[in-house]
Order: sequence, then structure tokens, then C-alpha cells
Amino acid sequence: MSTIPADLKYSKSHEWIRTEADGTVTIGITDHAQDELGDIVYLELPEVGRVIAFDEVFGTVESVKAVSELYSPVAGEVVAVNDTLTNAEATINESPYENGWMIKVRLKDESGAEELLTADGYKSEIGE
Amino acid sequence: MNETLKVIEPTIFELSRPGRTGTLMPECDVPERPTAELLPGVALRNELPLPELSECEVMRHFVRISSLNYNVDKGFYPLGSCTMKYNPKINDQAVLMPGFSRVHPYQPEETVQGSLEVLYRMQSDLAAILGMDAVSLQPAAGAHGEQLGLALIRAYHEHRGEGHRKTILIPTAAHGTNPASAARTGYSVVDVNTNERGLVDVAHLTAQLEKNAGKVAGFMLTNPNTVGLFEEDIETISSLVHGAGGLMYCDGANMNALVGTARPGDMGFDVMHVNLHKTFSVPHGGGGPGSGPVGVKAILEPFLPVPQAAKRDDGTFYLDYDRPLSIGKIAPFYGAFLAVVRAYAYILHYGREHLNEISENAVLNANYLRVRLGETFPVAYDRICMHECVFTLKDLKKHGVKALDVAKRIIDYGYHPPTMYFPLIVPECLMIEPTETESMDTIDRFITAVEKIALEARDNPQLLLDAPHSAPVRRLDEVGAAKKLDLAWSPVGHSVDAVSVS
Repeated sequence: MSTIPADLKYSKSHEWIRTEADGTVTIGITDHAQDELGDIVYLELPEVGRVIAFDEVFGTVESVKAVSELYSPVAGEVVAVNDTLTNAEATINESPYENGWMIKVRLKDESGAEELLTADGYKSEIGE
Repeated sequence: MNETLKVIEPTIFELSRPGRTGTLMPECDVPERPTAELLPGVALRNELPLPELSECEVMRHFVRISSLNYNVDKGFYPLGSCTMKYNPKINDQAVLMPGFSRVHPYQPEETVQGSLEVLYRMQSDLAAILGMDAVSLQPAAGAHGEQLGLALIRAYHEHRGEGHRKTILIPTAAHGTNPASAARTGYSVVDVNTNERGLVDVAHLTAQLEKNAGKVAGFMLTNPNTVGLFEEDIETISSLVHGAGGLMYCDGANMNALVGTARPGDMGFDVMHVNLHKTFSVPHGGGGPGSGPVGVKAILEPFLPVPQAAKRDDGTFYLDYDRPLSIGKIAPFYGAFLAVVRAYAYILHYGREHLNEISENAVLNANYLRVRLGETFPVAYDRICMHECVFTLKDLKKHGVKALDVAKRIIDYGYHPPTMYFPLIVPECLMIEPTETESMDTIDRFITAVEKIALEARDNPQLLLDAPHSAPVRRLDEVGAAKKLDLAWSPVGHSVDAVSVS
């Protein structure tokens, strides 16, 4: 059983989304995703300032098992990137929802938001 | 370096003792001159930290290391999508013949007629087996063959003034090398979905062809595909792709399911590679040079790389470089020649009459294993398979055990683990390819071992989580292996700058 915090939203491609007080959203990958991937060894994230579209590839995560692409569950501009993950990619395995966050995005519009899943929705999506 | 392995066998540098030697050099019988006079300064080093050992120490060192290795001569190696069949030793006898092993690539043509004839005959035999019109023996491996095949597709479109076709369609279940080869050749890759039956989703293919109309250079497909199933809609797929102006590329990694029985050329494929080191029993898996010949239909033949082995009217053989539309040279000399000789010996050994027995027995063995092991782990797409089948172990998660742990435990039972976590579309999968060279006894013993492991997963999961228990090394530091790319050993206090990659 993986952890699925009730206060987050989720995408079918296993990203989580947290809306912050300042209106930006923080994005990372779920506990289930990190568990499926296994030990993460490399991470490629976008530059601050890049504008990403809904469902666009915003990065790549490489584990000892496979290379997977990260799909943006929202559309907007990247306003922060978690640089502390560089050479410490294991943080994503250890703390996927807190220290393992990946990017913060200022939303352009709400398009795509209706596609997001609740914790319960994600739970049934991954069959738990 | 893993601690366990270090205890078992030091590196050859650690065994070295100054002044120790394995041979007595004869007295120099020519006038001695300073090395600096004979070689350019940049090629000279003052220090060369080579190991110094006696012959006996060297022999024991390498024999000890080789005994730690697992290989097809030692036991069952059911690595899916890899065709780790037993390699008959008659192939090695063939390459040991001095006419093959003692020739030099620059020898005059008239002194190597036999070798040239083997290349020529292999080109035509492979063309016949694949259903193609011509074959290049140049590529050094499967992925090299893929890249050549894509370069030929590119040359074809450019020659027709359609160089703007820059998209290659690839199913989501494909070998990872397919999109990599396409990207390397300058193509953008568009995914085609796999349907619930484990086959190409023809409706999605149609949609992608329409969406990318006028841009599609080709479709790369493995048949049988990576879940071990024959693409039943192959004729429809071929005509759709051809109708959109694209070419059909066959990844021939799974040719062991077809050899002697069915031909990709008859299914509409225009170009394909085949792995001599899989289907045609050339050793692989760290066992030496591979070979990934590429077969093409006549429309692509003018673009094949140079040289091609050819035959004159007087019956003599030569290497043909006079090919004006050729894409050029892609490999040193003439391909992995001795790999070609091994594969040619293998083909001759079976002969036209018996080649089909390879694929028939490979498919029979895989289906036997599918049905029997299917009682223990669900088969991802449970119907008659080709040469391999894919099981999903996701039900073990309730015991806290993954496919990885089962694979590691299989080592304890004396087998090489199957391919795991591929294809990516099947969760927690093991992909098993028994090949035709295994007896029913071997397959039965393997099935019994996996059945026992399934019980252990339920009753004593820790046994699996800690496996392997009996191998020379326990679980390796995979993160370290991926991140610390310091591959060169250097003696303490020495720097081996010339070879260090760190």
C-alpha cells in the first residue's frame, strides 16, 4: 500500500499537485510511482521560466529499472525547480511528497484541471 | 568494487609483483635504438603500470573469474527477447579453420576466395530466410542494424525528393533501442498504442498516420512483438503504412520464432535487421562481437553500404565498392566476419530441410512453459504465444515481494533470471524465452523451481528479499553502478590518466 495524501490532486501519469497559498502549484511524483520505478539515479527538470502546456513532457526521471517521462498535469510557467535533488535523487524515493517535490508552476489557466484525480480516484486508478 | 567479489578474486593489478614475469624474452638481435627516435613523442609514456605476473598466476586468475560467470554452457538462460540458445561447438570449429582465422582484411582478393564466398552465400541465404532481396552483413550488432535500416529508409525518401518525411512510428511495447535508433538517425518518434490483446492498436495507428500525413518515413515493428505474440493484423498494418508513403521496418530480434517457417519479407516488411548472435547461435552476452545484418527489398538495395560481396560471371568473388547510391561505409572492413562464419556453419548444419525445426521447437517450448507456469503466475496475454511469453507477478505485492525479488531468488536455484520489467506495458513482469535448445527435463526443473519460489514468497518473503544467497555476489549497488562511472581500476598512488573515465 502506498501513501496517497488526501489533500493532493493526482494525474493518471502518477504526478501529484499541491495548490500553495500563493496560488502556485507544486508538482512531484507519487509514492506509488517512486516505488514502481525503484531507486532513482538521474533527474532532468526544466529551467525556471519555461512555459509548459498541459500533458507536455517537462522532465525525465531515470531509475535503475527504466527511464520515464514526466508529464505536466497543469499548464503554466515554471517559477521554481527543486535544485536540491541534483545528485540527491534518492530524496524522491525517500520523501516523494515533501523534500522530493520537483517544480512549482504559476498556472496559466485552469485547463486540464478537470482531468485531475482526487486521492480516492487515484487510489482506484492504481488498483489499491 | 563490491566487497564480496574483492574477497573472491583480487584484480590482476593487485596480484602483480614488481619484476615477476611469465616469459623469457630472447636477446635482441637487431641494433638497439632509443624508443624516442622510433615513435613520435606524443605516443610515449614514461610509466606504464602493466601487471607483472607469472603465466601460472595469469591462468589461474582468469580461470577463477570465468568460473564465477554464468553462461549458456553452464545452464539454462531463459532471457526473454534475447534468444540465449546453446551455441553448437561445430560453429567454433568452423572459425578455427586457418582459411578463416588466419586471413588478413587487406589480403589480395584471389587469396581469400573462400572467405568471400562465405560472405556472398550468407548474403543470399539470409535474404532467402528473411524473404528479402538483398542483405548487408556490415552492422556490428542489432542496434547498429536498426540504425543502418533507418539510414536506408532516409536515403530512399531523400532520393525520391521526400526528405521531409522525418517521423517514425513505433509501438509503445517496442524494444528501447527502436526509438533510440530513430532519434539518433534524426527522426522524431511518434508512439502507437498497444491494444488489450497485446497487439498494435490498428485504429490508433490509422489515427497517427492521418495526424502525421506526409511526414511518416516508416513504422518500426517487432514481429512477433515484445510480448511474444504474432501481429495478426500485419498485412493490414503494412498496407496502411505503405498507403501513407512510409516503409515497414522489422526489428528481427524475435526472428527465432519465425526462422524457416515464416518470412518478414512476405508480411510487407521492406527492411529488417536480424541478430546472428541470437537467432543464428553466435555467442553473445559479453561473449564476443555480435552481428546484425540488414535485409532489404529491391527498392532499398541501391542504398546498401559498401562493400557488398559479389560474384563475377567467371565464378570468382569480390568486394563491390562501385555502388553509386550507397550510403557509404558503416563499419571497419567487412563486418564481424567470424560471427558470420559461425552463423553460416549453423545454417548449413540445419540446411533448408530442417531450419523450420528451430522455430517450431522454440514456439512449442514457450507454449509448454506458458501453460504450466501459467498455473503459478498469470500470463499477461494468455493465448498461444510464439517463442516467449510474459508473466505478471503483481499479485505477489501483497506479500511485499516484487518480480525483481523472484528474479534474484531464481539465481539461488541455479538459473539465469529471465528478463524483468520489460516490456514496460506489463506491470511486474518476467519475460521468459526457453529457446528450442532446451529439453523438456530442463524446462520442467525450471518450472518446479519457480513454483517453489512462489510458495516461498507467500511463506517466507524475506528469503526472496535477501536473495541471492548462493551467488558469488549478493545484490549489487545498482545506484552506485549507475552514478559512479569510475570504470578504471588504478593502483593506489598511481594515476592511470590515459584510461580513466571518471
